Amino acid sequence: MESLSGRSKVVVKKEMTFSERIYLPAILGGALITLRHLFRRKSTIKYPEKKREFSDVWRGQHVLKRDDKGAERCTACGLCAVSCPAEAITMTAAERKKDEEHLYREERYASKYEINMLRCIFCGLCEEACPKEAIFLTDRLVPTEFQREDFIYGKDKLVEPVDQRIDVTKRQTPDVLEFKKNKRFAHNK
Amino acid sequence: MTDYLLYKLILVAAIFGITLLIAMYSTYFERKVAAFIQDRVGPDRAGPFGILQPLADGVKFFMKEEIIPNVSNKTLFILGPCIAMITALMAGVVIPWGGSLEINGVQYSLQIADINIGILYIFAVVSIGVYGIMIGGWASNNKFSLLGAIRASAQMISYELAMGLSIIALIMVTGTLSMKEIAAMQGGGVGSDWNMWHIVYQPVGFMIFIICAFAECNRMPFDLPETETELVGGYHTEYSSMKLGFYLFAEYINMFTSSAVMATLFFGGYNFPFMNDLGLSQNAITIIGTIGLFIKIFFFIFFFMWIRWTLPRFRYDQLMNLGWKGLIPLAILNLVITGVVMILLD
Repeated sequence: MESLSGRSKVVVKKEMTFSERIYLPAILGGALITLRHLFRRKSTIKYPEKKREFSDVWRGQHVLKRDDKGAERCTACGLCAVSCPAEAITMTAAERKKDEEHLYREERYASKYEINMLRCIFCGLCEEACPKEAIFLTDRLVPTEFQREDFIYGKDKLVEPVDQRIDVTKRQTPDVLEFKKNKRFAHNK
Repeated sequence: MTDYLLYKLILVAAIFGITLLIAMYSTYFERKVAAFIQDRVGPDRAGPFGILQPLADGVKFFMKEEIIPNVSNKTLFILGPCIAMITALMAGVVIPWGGSLEINGVQYSLQIADINIGILYIFAVVSIGVYGIMIGGWASNNKFSLLGAIRASAQMISYELAMGLSIIALIMVTGTLSMKEIAAMQGGGVGSDWNMWHIVYQPVGFMIFIICAFAECNRMPFDLPETETELVGGYHTEYSSMKLGFYLFAEYINMFTSSAVMATLFFGGYNFPFMNDLGLSQNAITIIGTIGLFIKIFFFIFFFMWIRWTLPRFRYDQLMNLGWKGLIPLAILNLVITGVVMILLD
């Protein structure tokens, strides 16, 4: 029958030649291949001493950003929790008091914000959904813990400290900002 | 007399120690070769370049919990690794590790015992070695172990035949069974007295011998007694702690011994080219010769490992086909041709 794809091969069951039957030439060929590998450059990266660079778009542990004045950007709108396919995010909203203007940017803020790092699949949809540019995924790894409870990260671990901001410029590139200006994302304004 | 005993004791202790040391470091070397062939770096955490890894492994073996299965035959279960270890160590007795050293006018030969049936002795001891595996596999009372043990004994018996036949051809050339005389015959090599290494006279015999040596040592591609993928661990499935260590150690000692035998029988043993033309003293020649022998041995050990990480495992019927239908007829043919050529040359 004619081949439709043109990729089928005709298999011929032919007798092996003498040199094929005594194996030794083939074994020699194989041995030469392994010998060449013996002197190749090793592909191992010796981990604790040397770390492999992350990709620019690496999605690791989350951060809750503050604005320039150090006030939290999150307004507890819940869009991240809704968009999360793994349902890893929960939060409780609260109203800002009079003397808390330097802490929270808008009248509403998240008094409790938790991400379960065991549920999280690091897809980055929370970041995409966020209208306030408050949550970002960073190039940090989530460390191991002994207890499951310890993987539920509260605000203490998620919000960036005022004095040591976490750089997210790699994820918030001009391209991304331009993309977010699209009408479809007008709510991000 | 006490001098003689002391000298023999020192020699025995030295060879025992060196054998164990080399067996220990073979494990490290094996892992390194495996890693390098697979483009990895291998163990490098214990000490510089990981050279303390064998010590760490040894300590681990000693500290591990020792489990003897309830349903096993306890005496035989313990006897198995003992036999494997003892027979592995015994084979080194007749190998000439060097010429002789002259100290205070007395000649001290670097061979523990020069018995005139040296080769037969090695064959006898290696044949007993299979009992260690068989007893261990049977006493475990485990199907996988038993299968491994049966495979081991079938394989060893099959390949011993071809090995013996290939050696008979060599013995026809040398006319002696003593390891010392066989080694001495290859003395000089290239140089004044053109005594070639026996590989020149018996290339086919050597090829058969080395293939059989792989099978005798249960090394890849003939490691059917252990086959992790099919038989869990083969004959040592039920073993743990230092008993397992003994089995693994015995395997590496066997590898070392068969490398030494190959180097002695076919590659001139402790002889090196131009050894009698450089005008060196006898002691210097002996020491260089011993170093040379160890270089040859290390090459063969490396060869064992190199092949292990190159070839996949033979299937059981392929193994038997190769042994009975391939190697034994070839060995007999080699024997006949050697005989005919010898008669014609006379």
